[in-house]
This record gives sequence, C-alpha cells and structure tokens, in this order.
Amino acid sequence: MYPQEFLYTKEHEWIRVDEDIGTVGITDYAQKELGDIVFVELPKVGDHVTAKEAFGTVESVKAVSELFAPVDGEVVAVNSKLQNSPELLNADPHGEAWLIRVHLSHRSDIESLMSSEEYEAYILEKKGE
Amino acid sequence: MVEFAGWEMPVEYAGITQEHLAVRTAAGLFDVSHMGEIEVRGPEALALLQWVTSNDVSRLEDFQAQYTALMSPAGSAVDDCILHRYDANHYFLCVNAANTDKDLDWIVRNNKFDAQVRNVSAEYTQLALQGPKSVQILSRLTRENVASLRYYWFCRARCCGVEGLLARTGYTGEDGFEFYFSPAESERVWHALVEAGKPEGIKPTGLGARNTLRLEAGYALHGHELDEATTLLEANLGWIAKLDKGEFLGRDVLLRQRAQGVRKTLVGFEVTDRGIARDECRVVVDGKTVGRVTSGSYAPYLKKSIGLAFVPPEAAEVGREIEIDVRGKRVRARQVRLPFYTRPQ
Repeated sequence: MYPQEFLYTKEHEWIRVDEDIGTVGITDYAQKELGDIVFVELPKVGDHVTAKEAFGTVESVKAVSELFAPVDGEVVAVNSKLQNSPELLNADPHGEAWLIRVHLSHRSDIESLMSSEEYEAYILEKKGE
Repeated sequence: MVEFAGWEMPVEYAGITQEHLAVRTAAGLFDVSHMGEIEVRGPEALALLQWVTSNDVSRLEDFQAQYTALMSPAGSAVDDCILHRYDANHYFLCVNAANTDKDLDWIVRNNKFDAQVRNVSAEYTQLALQGPKSVQILSRLTRENVASLRYYWFCRARCCGVEGLLARTGYTGEDGFEFYFSPAESERVWHALVEAGKPEGIKPTGLGARNTLRLEAGYALHGHELDEATTLLEANLGWIAKLDKGEFLGRDVLLRQRAQGVRKTLVGFEVTDRGIARDECRVVVDGKTVGRVTSGSYAPYLKKSIGLAFVPPEAAEVGREIEIDVRGKRVRARQVRLPFYTRPQ
C-alpha cells in the first residue's frame, strides 16, 4: 500500500527523493480521511518551502487541511493538473496526483521522516484511537 | 461517525459528492432518527401552537403539514420545525435533535392553555427518502398512492409492513418523503428501502451530503442561519411569519422590523475567485468587516463554492460583489438570487 521508496510525515505527506530533488504528495490515508477533494492550493515555482511549515491547502467538500512540507527547499515544479482535476488526489495520491517537486536545501532533512513500515504502524495506531 | 446531539451519526457512506449527486439525480436514503418529535394534543392545541409558532396553524387541514418556527419574544427562532396536523386536537412537530429538550421546555413554559405537550422522540425513528426516483421506489413498498400525496401533506401509511406517518417533505430541494415509525423496525425498513431502490441506484446518504444539499436549496440550518440574535425577517423567513394571524411570541418585534427595517439580511453568494468560503469566514464590504458566513461549502451539484452570509441591508443586492476572508486571504464573491438550486419541474 505505502511505497517503500517514499518517506512520510506525521501530517500524512510523502516524499520521494531522487538525488537532491524531492517529489511531494499526500498519502492514501490522508485522501481517505478528507473525502472528496475539490480544491488544491499550491505554491509557485521558485517559492521556498520550509520543513514542518504549511505550503498549501487541500479542501474536500467537508474539510480544509493544510499541507506541510517534509523538507526545506525551492519549488521546481508544480502539478498543474490538480487545479482543474483536484479529484485526482482521491484517485491516485501516490502517483499521478503528486503535488510539488522541490530542490532540497539539506539532504539531512529526510533523516527525521518515517519509512513506509513506520508510517503504516503510525496510521494503525491512529485508526485505533 | 461523529457524535451529534448524543447520536452516533454517519457523515458519509460512499463519499459526499456521489451521495449528493444520487439525491439530485436518483435517490438517497437518510437515517434521521436523531430528529426530535413533540406531540401537542387537546382542544386548545391550536391556541397554544398559534401562540408559540410563527406560521398560521389555522390554515392547516387534517393531514397537512407546514414549515414553521418556534418563536422567542425577540422575534427569533428558538427552533425551526415541521408541524403536522392529524386533526384539530392532535398535532405532531418534528424538531431539530439538539433542540428537542429546549423546545419542549419552551412550549410547556408558554402553555397557558389547556393543551397536552409530550416529547415522543423515543417512540419514533425517521428515515428520509429523497430524490426524483423516490415515488417509484416507495411505491414498491406500500399500497398507499404515494404519487398523489401532495407536497407538505402526509398520511398514515404502512410501508413494508410497518405503520407510520408518511409525509411528502424533505430538506434537500428534491421530491421525497419522510417516514416516522417505531424504532424497533428501523433496520428492517432501512434495508427494505435500500433493496427496493437498487434498480434506481439509491444511495445511503450521510450528514455531510444532507448539509450540502440543503445549502444548495437555500434552506436555513438552526445554529447557522437561525439563532437567538436573528429574527425571521432577517433570515428571509418572512414567508413563515404570518403577522396577520393574531398575537404570537415575537410578533411585535417583527411588526416593528417590517415597518422600520431589519438590522441585517441573509444573502446568498458564489465565490468568483479560487477558494472555498467556510462557516464563520468574515464578510468584507468596502474594506470593513460587515458580517460572517453562516454556511459555506463547495456545492457538489452546482460545482461552485457557495454560501450564505449576513450583511447590512444596504449591502444586500443581487449581483453586488463582496469579499470573504478565507483564512487570511481575501476572495471575491458575488451575491446571487436564492435558492442556488431549484429542481427541474
């Protein structure tokens, strides 16, 4: 379910790091919790995002949720499909519906993130609550 | 599931969007057993109800229902409800779950008449079947000629073997029915309706879609558009305030407002920028905060961001632009005519 090659945050974002470029998205758990996603607001290419700080919002019919950056970095790409098709986030959160790509400021940021096993254990605990 | 007025309530089953669309295009089934029911009986039931509610109860015939408000002396709604008349000495009120105890207490306290008032909520469960296919589906489960039941009329009906009150009412802006019956039978009736509606694509529908559907239809929700600081006239509910019927609680305030004007007006808006205005967002006109969004959401059928808000009467004008503060960002919105959605005839 949760790809091995991703790292995860407690706020339910994932990042896939390739050299010094990270692709960021929200997890399947997050999209299920939110329900039907109808609106996504993302930064622009060239903006700076800061680890653990909000970089955008995603809204479903019933709720608003902030998106938190897993790492520091500069935005180098934004998934433009999401503006007109936010529902992609429900359909394919780990694939086609990635949110942004960032150029990592410090690769060391990823050391504090969770592996897929750790994330699965974390959400199991959440579901038990 | 969320807790609501002491009830465990489903927010959504398959997803708010598809549930909402099912109600607009086919049918949806709501478990609204949390709603409160109050019975008023006796020869002076009419006198009591005329005194505590805003609509004209004397206009009701047997087996007719009306949308009305339980009134405060301030001209505001203690609650909004549907009043059903069985006969001249027997009325049945459906009220909001969270307000049931308060409503009962209020009616009893104002009962200077010889009427019997009883909370019968525990004796009734309520299911709402809503959507253009409702008649077709319900016809399979009852001998009653449901197609001929008029809007806001009801009957005693037997539906899949269960006796109850069947009303052509609803809170979605679609055709549909509300069925009140014994809680012991609720599972059986629920499953029978879901089964009977399969060919039409009936969907179990939760609280989430109930809210988006009523908002598209422009219906008020108590605690949002209606509260103690809002009169019926301010909430666009002048049509249920029958000021000529005689004395009733809050009438003098409404008469004065009708003559002198209201303090605020409820308006509908569509967000024209990108963004969704939510409940409690500030409304800004000419750089000044003038009110709040009372209900705001993405509207799944209209595919727009819509909402209701109070603005000063002088700012209320269809077509006029307002701004809404969405978490610190100003988005533009345009006032539109209510309701946002009207079902095709």
